[in-house]
Amino acid sequence: MLTPADLDTLFLTFKVAGIATLLMLLFGTPLAWWLARTRSSWKGIINAVVALPLVLPPTVLGFYLLVLMGPAGAVGKITTWLGLGTLPFTFAGLVVASVLYSLPFVVQPLQTSFAMIGEQPLEAAATLRASPLDTFFSIVVPLAKPGFLTAAILGFAHTVGEFGVVLMVGGNIPDKTRVVSVQIYNHVEALEYSEAHWLAGCLLLFSFSVLLVLYTALKTQPVAHPLK
Amino acid sequence: MEHGSHGLDGLSFIVFACTSKQALNSGDWFFGVQSLLWPFHRHFYQSRSVKSAFYYLKNIMTTILARFQLDYGDFKLNVDLKLPGTGITVLFGHSGSGKTTLLRCIAGLQHAPQGFLAINGSIWQDSEHGLFLPTHKRPLGYVFQEANLFPHLTVRDNLHYGLKRIKQNSGTVKLEHAVELLGIAHLMERMPERLSGGERQRVAIVRALALNPEILLMDEPLASLDSKRKQEILPFLSRLHQQLDIPVLYVTHSQQEVAQLADYLVIMADGRKIASGLPADTLTRLDMPLAQDREAATVWQATVAEHEADYHLTRVTFAGGSLSLPAVDAEVGTPLRVQIYARDVSIALESPTATSILNVLPATITGIADDHSGQSVVQLQVGTQPLLAHITRKSALLLDLQIGMPVYAQIKGTSILN
Repeated sequence: MLTPADLDTLFLTFKVAGIATLLMLLFGTPLAWWLARTRSSWKGIINAVVALPLVLPPTVLGFYLLVLMGPAGAVGKITTWLGLGTLPFTFAGLVVASVLYSLPFVVQPLQTSFAMIGEQPLEAAATLRASPLDTFFSIVVPLAKPGFLTAAILGFAHTVGEFGVVLMVGGNIPDKTRVVSVQIYNHVEALEYSEAHWLAGCLLLFSFSVLLVLYTALKTQPVAHPLK
Repeated sequence: MEHGSHGLDGLSFIVFACTSKQALNSGDWFFGVQSLLWPFHRHFYQSRSVKSAFYYLKNIMTTILARFQLDYGDFKLNVDLKLPGTGITVLFGHSGSGKTTLLRCIAGLQHAPQGFLAINGSIWQDSEHGLFLPTHKRPLGYVFQEANLFPHLTVRDNLHYGLKRIKQNSGTVKLEHAVELLGIAHLMERMPERLSGGERQRVAIVRALALNPEILLMDEPLASLDSKRKQEILPFLSRLHQQLDIPVLYVTHSQQEVAQLADYLVIMADGRKIASGLPADTLTRLDMPLAQDREAATVWQATVAEHEADYHLTRVTFAGGSLSLPAVDAEVGTPLRVQIYARDVSIALESPTATSILNVLPATITGIADDHSGQSVVQLQVGTQPLLAHITRKSALLLDLQIGMPVYAQIKGTSILN
């Protein structure tokens, strides 16, 4: 059975993933919009930076974040100066790391669905007196709904499943930074296979359900198709 | 147009110097009127002619001034147009002639770095003074080549999308009228994907008209439809034509649509205007490739004068004479457009006494051109109306046709356009 400590780690995991997903949608949406529409020469570089966590070993990303956010790092100096202390081994640090780690899973589906909408509906909206911001909320968001759904689900699920970055940046502090994947590792280290089974099973079920929703529910959603 | 000498060349828009893009929201109409009125004062004081100043003012309030320069490297747009502020102006040209780009510049969908645009007295763009109204602040209606309906909204919600965003309430009246005019009342609850191409385009036209725009811009609204769907919409457009009191700029590459709709015609090629004027005059210009075309035709405005029921004929009068047409179902006094193809017109030196052709009109030759493939295009004038005749080069030589000669034009066929 799941122990109270296991339940705590589950709760903490979903809390980190939930907050990180909200933040990623908040920052990822304008970023994806810009990437989908810009002709700037910066597009390539920004695209590459956003996609970096897809190919980088999580420990590498975690290592750099640890150094950057630590007392001697650039970000660490700023957060200390702001009176926030340093971020590594805190809940906030874990959220920041998760956002950076999972961002491509949010930005890329959004970018694709924004690009698919094309110029035409935006121009039609402009000729019908809608300002660019108005157009974004009344036309782009509804047409990109499948993109938003995919982005949110993938971003959340990917954050739940992270391990390497968490271990580097968050450590293994109960109730603060100890998430499910780390807890499973702890159980296995202690040869508590039965507990490990329960938690691993939970994650397996969760991941499968998420993908099932993604592949079945999304099919019935109106997919953003080019205007007729 | 007759007062073209009061053009914009010498105008000084001093008031504009203090405007910026940010100031447009509240005060654009004010600055627009001010800058157009400034030359009015100038005319008034300098020429001391009330008449001249009055004409300037009258002219500017009923005119579309559009001047754009745009350079994409392989494509350049360079136009300076003065168009009538009412009726349908057709922008005609082949693909790549810049007609759609011009329309997009007028809508503000494309930002020409050098441009000036005034629609019946309000200025929408004046790049010299940093003025550029974004599209959503221009009181226009735009019909795209593809209907461009919002796929996630029903027809009703598509129609109300713009209405919700304008302040005035007169919109709903316009909407009901337009819905009725284009016959789409039964489609209101449908999603756009469940409409036929013709229905979609009709909804798009209503959506644009419902906003009670000050100008209607139409970018080849029929081009994506097959000929059957075209015939479904053309009557609606002709009807619009009679009921709208706003100017319409209509882009097309179809001569048929020109003949049917144009009150004023601008011919574009390579990003420039190559001719403009009344359709009857412009269509018959010998220096235009249109006159050589197999489909070359002229369009006359005529009025139903009399019905000859026994013969199933209708007599119509036009400036300079009358024509007999196959019976037209219209009351006496109804205005008509009559299209006469150049290939249906032949020339006789003397009035033919024994001929089956009913319409033989005295005419004067005003121009002759060869197409270097055995055909001559003869430009004629009947009364005040221009007319084209396609004859063989051999006939032209045998009859020794010369400019200024009085001849008889025999018209074998005509078609009525509305």
